Amino acid sequence: MLHRLTIHELTARLARREVSARDAMQACLDQVARVDGDIRAFISHDPADALAQADAADAAIAAGADFSQRPLLGVPLALKDVLAVQGQPLNCCSKILGQFRSPYDATVVEKLKAAGALIFGRLNMDEFAMGSSTENSAFQTTRNPWDTARIPGGSSGGSAAAVAADECIASLGSDTGGSIRQPAALCGCVGLKPTYGRVSRYGLVAFASSLDQIGPFTKDVRDAATLLEVISGHDLRDASSIPQPVPRYPQALTGDIKGMRLGLPKEYMVGGLAPEVKSAVDAAVKQLESLGATVQEISLPHTDYDVAVYYIIATAEASANLARFDGVRYGARVEGADPLEMYANTRGAGFGAEVKRRIILGTYVLSSGYYDAYYLRAQKVRTLIRQDYLKAFEQVDAIVTPTTPTPAFKLGEKSGDPLQMYLSDIFTIGCNLAGIPGLSLPCGFSSDSQRRLPIGLQLLGKPFGEESLLRLAHAYEQSTPWHKEHAL
Amino acid sequence: MSAPDFNIKYVAHLARLKLSPEEEQTLGAQLGNILGYIEKLKEVDVTGVEPTAHAFPMVNVFRADEPRPSLTNEEALLNAPRRASGLFVVPKVVE
Repeated sequence: MLHRLTIHELTARLARREVSARDAMQACLDQVARVDGDIRAFISHDPADALAQADAADAAIAAGADFSQRPLLGVPLALKDVLAVQGQPLNCCSKILGQFRSPYDATVVEKLKAAGALIFGRLNMDEFAMGSSTENSAFQTTRNPWDTARIPGGSSGGSAAAVAADECIASLGSDTGGSIRQPAALCGCVGLKPTYGRVSRYGLVAFASSLDQIGPFTKDVRDAATLLEVISGHDLRDASSIPQPVPRYPQALTGDIKGMRLGLPKEYMVGGLAPEVKSAVDAAVKQLESLGATVQEISLPHTDYDVAVYYIIATAEASANLARFDGVRYGARVEGADPLEMYANTRGAGFGAEVKRRIILGTYVLSSGYYDAYYLRAQKVRTLIRQDYLKAFEQVDAIVTPTTPTPAFKLGEKSGDPLQMYLSDIFTIGCNLAGIPGLSLPCGFSSDSQRRLPIGLQLLGKPFGEESLLRLAHAYEQSTPWHKEHAL
Repeated sequence: MSAPDFNIKYVAHLARLKLSPEEEQTLGAQLGNILGYIEKLKEVDVTGVEPTAHAFPMVNVFRADEPRPSLTNEEALLNAPRRASGLFVVPKVVE
């Protein structure tokens, strides 16, 4: 049952030599073998390499390794297929990358390895992180472990499902418009998108460079704090990473949230919100109040424009970032009579429908004659959206919202209507546009469906306010039963 | 609101994407809808508002101008679809 443990539970037992890293790794591999035929969270994994990493961790533990220096020693983790691990495949769940293997480690991967983690699998995602259901993967469809007829969310659906199904102890994903928080909410895990610049993006395949951040999926808040501390920090290889000291995040989990001021944006509690989500969030707010926080209504007046701004800025940046996939230097190639024909043939055959849709939209909004009307205007409205949040944070320490308007929807339910799919991200996008941190954690289950489906509570914080978010989330979590439930 | 003049063939050419006639039709219709939705940004008064390209702009990010290890030629070519003599091979550009 070692696969069901959290990072802190597992490392405590490893440190006491009650169990070995090999036992823990084997338990995860067994769970993958047992359940992943249904869940399909993993694109690939290498059991022999995983066990070799575990044996190396056991040797380090036997030699007296210090867990305070290597807080992930012997902990099996898996990563979204968008992060570079030297020698491992990297596909972004797209056909266009062919047989690509990473020639180097992402900065977060270097940090995980230095902390002792065992990195053993590639997790499914929407192609190039574009989507909200993981149905846009070119490889397979991941199922929600709470109900396999439903989507796990996206784009980091594999990262959320693998943690929820106890196939790994924790995972990493990336979040451009909610791609960590939304699947975490729908699968019942903790998901954290750090402040923009908190975590280096070096080795993360770029989708929208001004919005992308890497963050953890975990089984509880303490693990999120531990992983965030490991992966954070300034990096000379990412010029947008910010030279701020990294706090000892687990020390923020004091349990004391008395006097913390919470804001409820009135714009988030309207139209389209499922009644069971509203009642779970209302109950969570009451719980936070009973723990000593104060709650007030706030306003984020430009919320209604979040989705439109996002789909201009994110697609514009994506159209530029994905220009590099042209069949010249890496990945699949479809030949042509000249380079231009080769580019078009390669990209036409290699990209899936959603990626093409976004590249075309992004190319259009940047094209001559439309730049001012779309891209520049969207950047100006982004300023107004960001100012709304910063103004709200003059009054409150954190903002509380639902993470998603509904629990997990059914496979295929929205895949035919891109605009409806985009609108399912309404509560998570503002956080990326403003560059602030956001965390989702379980706050209950829907009760009106045949199966119980997790509901997520979103906490949004000031720039570099991750400690406040973690403290609030931890105090709430420890006073409620949700994190103790397992999907399988 | 309807989308402005949106020529899918022209934009696909700019994006170096070969689309099938069916894709042109489906994507064209879907993008028409999305562009119609995006039109709502025209309601916002942005007079005097500066654009945000980046939430925390970092300016003049310098590093010491010192040589550092990087990929070898062999490593850089490892994933190349076609290679020869330590180079990437592409279709003929000049006659």
